Amino acid sequence: MANPRVIVVGGGLAGLMATIRVAEMGVPVDVFSIVPVKRSHSVCAQGGINAAKNLKGEGDSTWKHFDDTIFGGDFLANQPPVKDMAEAAPGIIDMLDRMGVMFNRTSEGLLDFRLFGGTLYHRTAFAGATTGQQLLYALDEQVRRFEAEGKVRKFEHWEFLSAVLDSSHACRGICAMDLHSMEVHAFPADAVIIATGGIGAIFGKSTNSVTCTGSAQGALYQQGAYYANGEFVQVHPTAIPGEDKLRLMSESARGEGGRVWVPRDGKKWYFLEEWYPKYGNLVPRDIATRAIHKVVYEMGLGVEGHPAVYLDLTEIDPKVLDLKLGGILEIYEKFVGVDPRQQPMKVFPGMHYTMGGLWVDYRHMTNLPGLLAAGECEYQYHGANRLGANALLSCIFAGRVSGATAVEYLRNVSNGADAVPSSVFDQEKLRQQELNEKVLEGKGGENPYTIWREMGQWMTEHVTVIRYNEKLKKCDEKMVELLERSRRINLSDQSRWSNQTLAFTRELSNMLQLARVITQGALARNESRGAHYKPEYPDRDDQNWLKTTKAFFAPDVDEPRFVYEPVDTSLIPLRERKY
Amino acid sequence: MADSKTVEIRIKRQLTPDGPSRRETFRVPLRPGLNIIGALMMIAENPVTAEGRQTVPVSYDANCLEEVCGSCAMVINGKVHMACSALIERLDQPIRLEPMSRFPVVRDLQVDRSRLFRDLQRVKAWIPIDGTYDLGPGPRMSQREQEAAYHFARCISCGSCLEVCPQYNDQTQFVGAAVLGQVRLFNSHPTGQMNAPERLEALLGPGGIHECGYAQNCVEICPKDIPLTQAISEVGGQVMRHVLLGFLRK
Repeated sequence: MANPRVIVVGGGLAGLMATIRVAEMGVPVDVFSIVPVKRSHSVCAQGGINAAKNLKGEGDSTWKHFDDTIFGGDFLANQPPVKDMAEAAPGIIDMLDRMGVMFNRTSEGLLDFRLFGGTLYHRTAFAGATTGQQLLYALDEQVRRFEAEGKVRKFEHWEFLSAVLDSSHACRGICAMDLHSMEVHAFPADAVIIATGGIGAIFGKSTNSVTCTGSAQGALYQQGAYYANGEFVQVHPTAIPGEDKLRLMSESARGEGGRVWVPRDGKKWYFLEEWYPKYGNLVPRDIATRAIHKVVYEMGLGVEGHPAVYLDLTEIDPKVLDLKLGGILEIYEKFVGVDPRQQPMKVFPGMHYTMGGLWVDYRHMTNLPGLLAAGECEYQYHGANRLGANALLSCIFAGRVSGATAVEYLRNVSNGADAVPSSVFDQEKLRQQELNEKVLEGKGGENPYTIWREMGQWMTEHVTVIRYNEKLKKCDEKMVELLERSRRINLSDQSRWSNQTLAFTRELSNMLQLARVITQGALARNESRGAHYKPEYPDRDDQNWLKTTKAFFAPDVDEPRFVYEPVDTSLIPLRERKY
Repeated sequence: MADSKTVEIRIKRQLTPDGPSRRETFRVPLRPGLNIIGALMMIAENPVTAEGRQTVPVSYDANCLEEVCGSCAMVINGKVHMACSALIERLDQPIRLEPMSRFPVVRDLQVDRSRLFRDLQRVKAWIPIDGTYDLGPGPRMSQREQEAAYHFARCISCGSCLEVCPQYNDQTQFVGAAVLGQVRLFNSHPTGQMNAPERLEALLGPGGIHECGYAQNCVEICPKDIPLTQAISEVGGQVMRHVLLGFLRK
């Protein structure tokens, strides 16, 4: 092929790592991002990144990391790629260290590691409590270097709308919208890597950034990509409730000795320590979240009658806190106005992460040839529940693998994007332009932000911590109603310059379609596994449900259909998940 | 609503980069913990001015809402601030919102800060690694060095320091404090210092460090408390030594 080119959609950790890998292999890359890539949601990750470097003399190993990850994910993840990730982790830390990440150090000048949830080893490398920010900046700097050398072009303030698919459903490029001029363009590419992150906005308020809508995944699902394990949604046990969003209070607060309690009979009751003596405050997130729910809603012990528990750092030396947790203490101080060194923080669970995402094979190819996915937008590594500090690792690992796969693919594909007739691109561009016009001309009095708020409230209430089939059914019906109403939106802003309401309305319909995938996936799965918990089916059911959910879109009926595939458990035998 | 208290917000608006600007006033319900972003979200859902006139939602940049992505800097009551961490209860009312003045306006409160990223490229703000393949651990570093460098590594590229800098505007090419802070960061890294001369060279020409007027507004305004003036004086010293050494070698 004449001029091979790869498109990466999304400039967070996964997208930038994929970009670096592809550029390093000599293929030019176009990166598309809604925000300048340095402002991507990866900056919000706080606690750290896991790698079994065993620098604390504890006998840690990559196998133990692998085992903790599979066990923490309640055996739903395919095991071989998780093993590969755990084995690659120490080398990834070295790479980041060489890129200049300011990881915390020991007195000998080596990398320091801390404790995190779901493990008994000090396995988490960290840079204060802004590890995601530090990692993203390191990759951003490397990409800027490639940009200066002309190997990478950035399209910032551009939003992905759809893949350009040829007659055999192979991906030949993308359609994207310039968020300032609102113009739609089609861009050819020989391989496209989707790295568009999380879906927090489907739940209204979450710990995610504003751009984490899942719109790209929703659009691709409607174009024929499989969406896997959508029903597995992580609710982080400790977030700070807010008017505009829920702000994360990192697990590292507990990793450094923070203790969770509520007042009971005039005393501090450390319920996690009492219920889980081995792991204490560092049980995995799904378990801590359900425990807090129980204490607040079933036992009525929320702090001052509110849905909140205390996360207490006041027993720890403030100097140590500043050094290791400074970034998150600052967030609490700035947004709540209370010093967590002096007073315990008030926290409550909040939607945080999707374990589910676009279905990919072990090399990160989706079921549409030439379309790859990496990072939170795909489903590969975390099974039914993600362990803390494994997200940053999986993003970087997936970015690296997908970058290599993309180059391998374009070197083997018989004809490149330059051989595809221009009509293929023109047609998709026209389809997207027409969708924009339809939104701009829409009539009927509905408001996109109101519909979004209702979607978020329903999804948070019925499809997060505790799930009942009756309510899931009602929630799906509600999503149908909201989809119907979303077709009767009239925009308050009909201008053609930086029209944020138009972009949001386009995202909204994709979010609603994904909301149905999540809700129906949860409805179908009659068991409890990891983050998916049904009181009516309280146990894990390996006989019937040790399988990956794969949703695909049925355009004729405008709703999801489901198939299931077996999980590869060839390396670690199943065992009961008990902490 | 039990609490009918509202807050008045006056917003400078401009629908296109070259279009005229005007001001619109809104009233939004005051809720505990409400920040500027929350208020702008309410306006987006119900874009009606205080006078009851239908208008269009206000455009603004925002992403993380945790003051770590650097998107939502704007001028609030005459002073640049991140909109997410600007809590309404702590602000004098009526609240005045304007876009940052040192960057071109895109629309309303959105500005184009791409110059900042271009300047990071100009000073080669990166570690030139050989490749991402496995080459063993990075250099050792003392806790003291790490702590000092980490301050500079936390720069969110919000541009607040540039907004208050008397030397930074569309007439000058001055790189500004944020970029000088990054030069300080990379020049002190054990690997990064190997390329320090290239970064210092970039600071000799137009827009270089000599254009700093030492007003010290940058260090006062930085939302991340980065010791920017310390960076400026350290990098200034490095540039001086670099020039002198070059002169002696001639």
